Amino acid sequence: MTTISENPKASTAPEPAAEATGLIGFVPEKAARALTLGGGVLTVASCFLAWTWTPRFPGDLTYYGSPAGLQMQVLVTGVLTALFALSSYGVKGTRWLTPAGGDSALKLAALANFAITWFTVGAISIQLGGPVNLEPGGAVVALASLLALLGALALPFERPKVLPVDPEDTSWDQFKHRAGNGWASFRAAFATTGTARRLPTMHSSVEILIIAGVLAIALGVFTYGVGTEYDELFLGFLITAGLGFAAVSKSGLVAQATQLTSKHQNLSIAGAFTAAALFPFTQTDDQYATLGVYILIFATVALGLNIVVGLAGLLDLGYVAFLGVGAYAAALVSGAPSSPFGVHFPFWAAILVGAGASLVFGVLIGAPTLRLRGDYLAIVTLGFGEIFRIAVMNTDGTSGPDITNGSNGISSIPNLNILGFDFGAAHSIAGFTIGRFANYFFLMLLIMAVVVLVFRRSGDSRIGRAWVAIREDETAALAMGINGFRVKLIAFALGAGLAGLAGTVQAHVTYTVTPEQYLFAGPIPPNSAFLLAAVVLGGMGTMSGPLVGASLLFLIPNKLQFMGEYQLFAFGVALILLMRFRPEGIIANRRNQLEFHEKDETPATLAKAGA
Amino acid sequence: MTTTTKTAGATTAPTGETVLDARGVTMRFGGLTAVRDVNLTVNSGEIVGLIGPNGAGKTTFFNCLTGLYVPTEGEVRYKGTVLPPTSYKVTDAGIARTFQNIRLFHNMTVLENVLVGRHTRMKQGLWSALLRLPAFKKAEAEASKRAMELLEFIGLQDKAQHLAKNLPYGEQRKLEIARALASDPGLILLDEPTAGMNPQETRAAEELIFAIRDMGIAVLVIEHDMRFIFNLCDRVAVLVQGQKLIEGDSQTVQSDERVIAAYLGEPVEAAPAAAAAPAPAPAPAPAEDEAKDAATEETPEASETPETEEADEAPDAAEDEAPADEAPDSEDETPEPAPASEDTPHDPASGKENDA
Repeated sequence: MTTISENPKASTAPEPAAEATGLIGFVPEKAARALTLGGGVLTVASCFLAWTWTPRFPGDLTYYGSPAGLQMQVLVTGVLTALFALSSYGVKGTRWLTPAGGDSALKLAALANFAITWFTVGAISIQLGGPVNLEPGGAVVALASLLALLGALALPFERPKVLPVDPEDTSWDQFKHRAGNGWASFRAAFATTGTARRLPTMHSSVEILIIAGVLAIALGVFTYGVGTEYDELFLGFLITAGLGFAAVSKSGLVAQATQLTSKHQNLSIAGAFTAAALFPFTQTDDQYATLGVYILIFATVALGLNIVVGLAGLLDLGYVAFLGVGAYAAALVSGAPSSPFGVHFPFWAAILVGAGASLVFGVLIGAPTLRLRGDYLAIVTLGFGEIFRIAVMNTDGTSGPDITNGSNGISSIPNLNILGFDFGAAHSIAGFTIGRFANYFFLMLLIMAVVVLVFRRSGDSRIGRAWVAIREDETAALAMGINGFRVKLIAFALGAGLAGLAGTVQAHVTYTVTPEQYLFAGPIPPNSAFLLAAVVLGGMGTMSGPLVGASLLFLIPNKLQFMGEYQLFAFGVALILLMRFRPEGIIANRRNQLEFHEKDETPATLAKAGA
Repeated sequence: MTTTTKTAGATTAPTGETVLDARGVTMRFGGLTAVRDVNLTVNSGEIVGLIGPNGAGKTTFFNCLTGLYVPTEGEVRYKGTVLPPTSYKVTDAGIARTFQNIRLFHNMTVLENVLVGRHTRMKQGLWSALLRLPAFKKAEAEASKRAMELLEFIGLQDKAQHLAKNLPYGEQRKLEIARALASDPGLILLDEPTAGMNPQETRAAEELIFAIRDMGIAVLVIEHDMRFIFNLCDRVAVLVQGQKLIEGDSQTVQSDERVIAAYLGEPVEAAPAAAAAPAPAPAPAPAEDEAKDAATEETPEASETPETEEADEAPDAAEDEAPADEAPDSEDETPEPAPASEDTPHDPASGKENDA
């Protein structure tokens, strides 16, 4: 950055330092805005051109007039850019799009547009062996999105005050200092200038319609993401969805939507479940319903873990074992031929057995360890997770009593049959065929609703406050009359019981339960490390956080098969980056957001004022 | 029983019931005896101060009272029953406390903090929370109402939805008191409630503590601010080296030379100039002033007197004191038509035993 040259000016007259210029200085504002709008519109237009000559690139981008595959994503971001540009001109009818004002939404939209376009063009060039394979449409769209981005970056913004460099510092310190200044003004370029306008008062039916619209969009995005057929499309989806969401959230629309949903909270949750229940109807075959039901199992268990970790602050590193206990308990009483107990419980009894067994194990593990503070619990739960797996492995009739069939597990678990409804068969509902996995999807949705209910109601009560108090400061909580051990044990056992509940369904969905499904860490998601990561990534202590985190953590390894062995490595890098730049998780708890970004609110001048 | 100004019914002797009765409390950590054989009683409607130099064992003694530590010897009775050895049961029994370093639940709202303090007075468990029966809703509504009353009492009702950590320092201190009050205690223990406050805030804290006393809650307060403690307290106990040196009204304590010695060291032996001809100890002279002010009058050498000096002195003094300890409380009962002067509640009668 231009620290040194601006320094004397800043010290004599502080006003010029805050001069509003763009990151790219030489383009005047009017031209820049026009460039952005033009680039956006041109991008949209060029999505209707052919981008390559051969259908060898997946998605077949050779047609004129019908965008396909990645072109659809470019189209979406192009439209977003154009709309935000119009809104920044103050065109009537588009101003509602940017309630938070400012150009930062436009910049991010242009960035999203540029990223997805150049990703597509790059993918075509690499896959087909050079940019020569691009049709003119491809070149045009690349140029258009670049122009839009340049225009957007040239839009003026309020530069932060630049801190002078201390000439006595070492050159490394000076370098760090300048880099810090540069980073600060880069961030300022994308920062929102204002907070979102409050929504005008509307009739509540209108508000409900808006909520329904938002949920429909969310369902659409989720369905699209689950349905992406090839790696490029899914990667593009991640880019589009990530940056697009950032742009929309900068525009203030997300804040307004949050306002609405928190106003009609119960309704929104009911709506979200309805939207989720519609998911199987959007699918033509059972392929993606399978993904859906696995995501639901994973997300439900993550939400249960969120009670333990997010609310009560108890680090549980062996949580998947409780899922395993529930699954094994249900499998043993399911009437499976390989179960040594030849009993076949009805589903309601099996679910009680599964949840009850997990609960008992939760109490057994918790009772001796929860009296201690600190990391003991983490170690003990880590151990319990492994002990469970190994014990199940050993109770095979040779190393121990024959209960679990050892590493073969319990196989051929029969499908559920509740009140004559056979979960194994496909049913036809209103012209839609609902297959086996879709049946389980609905059942799992019901179980998740139970977990959501438990999470919300327990969190907002005397006991929930006690959990949070214990997490915040255990000594003070005890001094307030909270029986710490008892309250923690309730959280721990409740979490275990909820995992067991999910486990009972999981046993039936997967046909087979084996010890290898319940690892501490592994490439297949429901394992302890991924569960914890889903909670932390999504946002601790929130309800929707673990659901989003679990969906992402399940979809990404599932869709990006090409990463293969590097999957866990990439996952680790992503986790570190996320923790560095958004420690509160994707969905921020209001409290955590304040907790982690407290420093940003203090004036930056404090940072090195005395140096 | 001394009466400060504010209770009009002081002459009708509202006191009498012994709320807290600590007998022979001793706390050892390995070879270190942090608190040795301390007796202390607090009667209802009374504000008792506990002072002493740093490291005298005040906070350890507090922790013994609140169940954070189990005393090695001795026992603590609250309204006649021996206190249970865990801190949440102590709170349940009716003793609430604040902490020397503010220990609010920083990421909870102000209202939630007070609601947590209400924990022991609500009985709704997990099932009730899950089923949300009418009884649950009623209890929650009542708790919120009570919490809001307390917030109004300390003047934070407009900040109920703020996060506790975003409050300014003085308000955090107040909130801690409100949180403690939420458990409807019979005795509240305040650990340095004015640490880090400016004079105005200290003044406000004083008013607040008087108001708490007027609610019928006994108060035991640790403090370093002598002006504050002598304004506030009906009785003051001095803890030095883990032992109680003296207990009495502020006049008595202020003029006691052992107290001054404990805070400032023994000037006579230590001052090089006075070594040849031992002058009478200057201790009784500044009786009207606060002990703190006396510090500035001493020569620098004197105030830097090695700790060993007082270590030798203190045990003897305390042993002299010990038999007299039981006495003052009973004789305090005589109602005292005190003049309505807030600043220095003189009460020669109750202090006489200690003057010996």
